Order: sequence, then C-alpha cells, then structure tokens
Amino acid sequence: MTITVRNVVKGFGHYPALRDVSLDIEDGAFVALLGPSGSGKTTLLRIIAGLETAESGHILFGGEEVTDKPPQNRGIGFVFQNYALFRHMTVANNIAFGLDVMKRSRRPDKVTIKARVEELLELVQLPGYGSRYPAQLSGGQRQRVALARALACEPKILLLDEPFGALDAKVRRELRNALREIHDRVGLTSIFVTHDYEEAFALADKVAILGHGKIEQYDTPEAVQTRPASDYVREFLS
Amino acid sequence: MSAKNKAVSESFATRLLLILAAVLYVALILVLPLASVFREAFRHGVAAFAGAIAEPDAISAIKLTFTVAAISVPVNMICGVAAAWAITKHDFKGKSLLISLIDVPFSISPVVAGLMYLLLFGAQGWFGDWLLAHDIRIAFAKPGIVLATLIVTLPFVARELIPLMQAQGREEEEAALTLGAPGWRIFLWVTLPNIRWGLLYGVLLTNARAMGEFGAVSVISGHIRGETNTMPLQVEVLYNEYNFVAAFAVASLLAGLALVTLVVKTLLEWRHGDQLAAGGH
Repeated sequence: MTITVRNVVKGFGHYPALRDVSLDIEDGAFVALLGPSGSGKTTLLRIIAGLETAESGHILFGGEEVTDKPPQNRGIGFVFQNYALFRHMTVANNIAFGLDVMKRSRRPDKVTIKARVEELLELVQLPGYGSRYPAQLSGGQRQRVALARALACEPKILLLDEPFGALDAKVRRELRNALREIHDRVGLTSIFVTHDYEEAFALADKVAILGHGKIEQYDTPEAVQTRPASDYVREFLS
Repeated sequence: MSAKNKAVSESFATRLLLILAAVLYVALILVLPLASVFREAFRHGVAAFAGAIAEPDAISAIKLTFTVAAISVPVNMICGVAAAWAITKHDFKGKSLLISLIDVPFSISPVVAGLMYLLLFGAQGWFGDWLLAHDIRIAFAKPGIVLATLIVTLPFVARELIPLMQAQGREEEEAALTLGAPGWRIFLWVTLPNIRWGLLYGVLLTNARAMGEFGAVSVISGHIRGETNTMPLQVEVLYNEYNFVAAFAVASLLAGLALVTLVVKTLLEWRHGDQLAAGGH
C-alpha cells in the first residue's frame, strides 16, 4: 500500500521537529528513515502511525486520507525499540492481542486465533515459545515476538522504530535478514527508523535522510552514496 | 548483604549494637504502647471488653466507621486511578497543577480540611441557609463525615500509582493502540493488570486512614453520640469520661484493624515488592 506524507509540520514548543515534510512511498517498498538523533525521524514515523498528530499536513494510505484517523483504525503494525510487549501476558497472548480485541463480528474464533499464533511463531522462528512470558526471553527473541504481534492482524503497512537499537551486532544481523525476508514474503510496505546508515543501506530499497526537520534526500542507497544531494548528506555519511 | 563480604560490612559488635538499638527503640515507642492498649482493654476481663463493645453507642460508632470507609475507599480508588491514568498516560495543560492539587490534603492539617467544610456547609456557612431551607444536613451529620474523610484520603491511591505508572511508561498502551484496541480494553487488559498490586496497596493505605482519621472528622462531626461519632471520636469521648475500659476496648478494635492492614501490606510487599518498589512508600 502506498504511503503519502504531504507537507507535514510538527513542533514541540518552540522547537520545530518537522518543517514541511513530504514523502511518497510506493507499494511494497522497504524504506529507511535515516538521520541523527533529533532529526525528527521518530516523530515522522509516529505521525504516520497516528501516535502523534501533525500541526498541519496530510497522511494518505493507498491514496486514502488517514490524517484524522486514530491509530486503531489505520491498519498498521508497529514495532517499538524496547519491544513494548505486554509483560503480564504469555507470548501467545501477546501475539493474539490484536485479534482478541477485534469487534465480535470480525473476530476469528479461538481455534483460528490459536492456529494463527502458531503460524506467526513459525514465521519469526520461535515455535514452541507460546507459553513463555516476555521476561523469560532474550532481547532478540522479544523483538521477534513484537514483530509477530504486529503482523497478527495482517497489516499492509509495517512501521518500525529503531527495531534493532537495543540488540547486539550478531542478533541484529540475524533479525535484519529475518525482517527483510518477512517483508518480501508477506508483501508489506515497511518503514523503519534508524541512525545507522550501514543498516539502512543494507536493508532498505530506498533511504530518506532527515536533517533539520526536513528530508534532505530520498533515493536508493546507491544514489545516496554516489550522488549526495547536499553537504549535510555528505557530512552525515562520512 | 552477605555476611562473608567483610569489606563492606560492619564488625559483629557494631552490627549487634545497631540492631539492639533499633529493636529497643521500636519496642519502647511502638510495641509497648500498643500492648498497653490491649492490656487496658482486657483489664477487667473479656466480659467487660465484650460489654463495652456491645454498647449501642460503640456499635453505632463501629457501623459509622465501616460505612464511611465503604464509601470513601471505592470513590477515592476510582478517582485516584482516573487521575493517575490522566497524568501519566496523557499530556494536557495544567497537569502539574493537578499533581500539586492532589497533594494538598497531605500538606494541610486535617483540622483545616474539616473547618473548610464547616465554613461551606455549617449553619453560618456559605450554603448554610440554603441547606437549612431544603432540610439537607451535611455539617454535624454523616454526609459531612464522609466528605471530610474523602478529602483526607484523596491522595493515597493516586500518589501510589503515579510513580509506578510513570516508571512503566506509555509504550504498552501505544502498542495496544496500534493493534486496534479501544480505550477501555487497553485500560482493562493492559494498564490495570500492570498496576494491580500497587492499586491494592494504595487502597489499603486509604482504608487505614479512612478508619483512623480523627482531626477532620472531629471538626465536622459535632460529636453526637450514637449518631456522628466514628470509632476514633468515640474513643476520645469515652476517655474524657474516664471510662477507660470502654475507651481502650474500642481503641484496641481500631488497633486490631490497623494490624490486619499491616499484615496484608507486609504480605503484599513480600510477594510483589518488585512491582511496588517504584511507588517509593
């Protein structure tokens, strides 16, 4: 599903986080929002998710206006840097949450939900972990569960906020590959936030480089590396 | 602390001295007076104790105390949870003002809290004439006692929950939002289970204070025997009449209630200490 960001402005107090940001993401793309801390990349992602509201501007999914829709109705999956798993629920209940809270008319029956949870555990390579609690898992495993949970309702759009930020290098690489594979297999449109340009270039089809609250360049990793659009981009990549 | 870790541990003699000092202090200040309350209560035997408790005025005081607690505890539980939820999970203007307001009952004397209501609802108060004209009695009646108790016990639940919920952050609620959960579901399935032990702890503190409050209630109650005397007030009345056995009987009952609260609180801390730690009480 295409994602369109049109003239989004957002400030925190007197400090402008985003000034007039526009971005067109095509269906099925895997896009990295890249920038140093304070560049507004997480804010942009949260506005796309509906967790923050822009002061002005529009967000469109598949050409449809979602600017005023609450996050519940946007049909997105969101993965947080610190996993944000429900600590008092088992892994299986965490993953099933999005299905369990559906309106009764749309909610699948218990057997279907259970089967879907098993299927997702397979997908993130954690079969048999359903009855554990988040506290009993390693960081990498928790992020896999968070990914499975975000995918349970079959969103068309997956948003990830520094998803590998809290993990060590080896786990990070494994999870990165797993994520790319899942993205391709499920047919998602994904945006992930990172401050690590190597990670962005290794994983993304396209990279949006943010600085000073606006997008400095939006292009393929090769193009960004060979033809930086501004001194800011050149400096950030060096 | 491990006893083997000599480098960071005091010598045996120092430790023994410190422990003895602490035990002696607690015994002198706390245990001895408490024990003497029970001793006085049973001075003339169990029959005299039972007789004092079965007095109509005493029974009325016990009933009133439980009624007041039964109203103020649920009300302040709901308001406390609502306030903590609003403060920690949402951003709005005047948030720090709300936090300060919640603390007001902690910082002013309970007697002043009682006087405030007397100024509002007493015969000479702002609403005195209107209330009199409509035959509504608040001051020197049960509604006044409930109101005074409500304000005195207002901060406990919110104060217990705010640091706990702040430490837990908003991420789980945000995750639930992106997963399509409606607000009430998020509260029931995500927020409430995470704060349940802290909430129970806050409720216990509220209950202990609601049953034990003297100052605020004393001002507004008017000390009408068998009608507006709660247990703490009844103890004072009996004591002032040199009716020591009865005074200490009611007092021991009150102390017994406090001890039960203490035991439950200790059990909670022991079982769920990690989840309560953020509360800082």
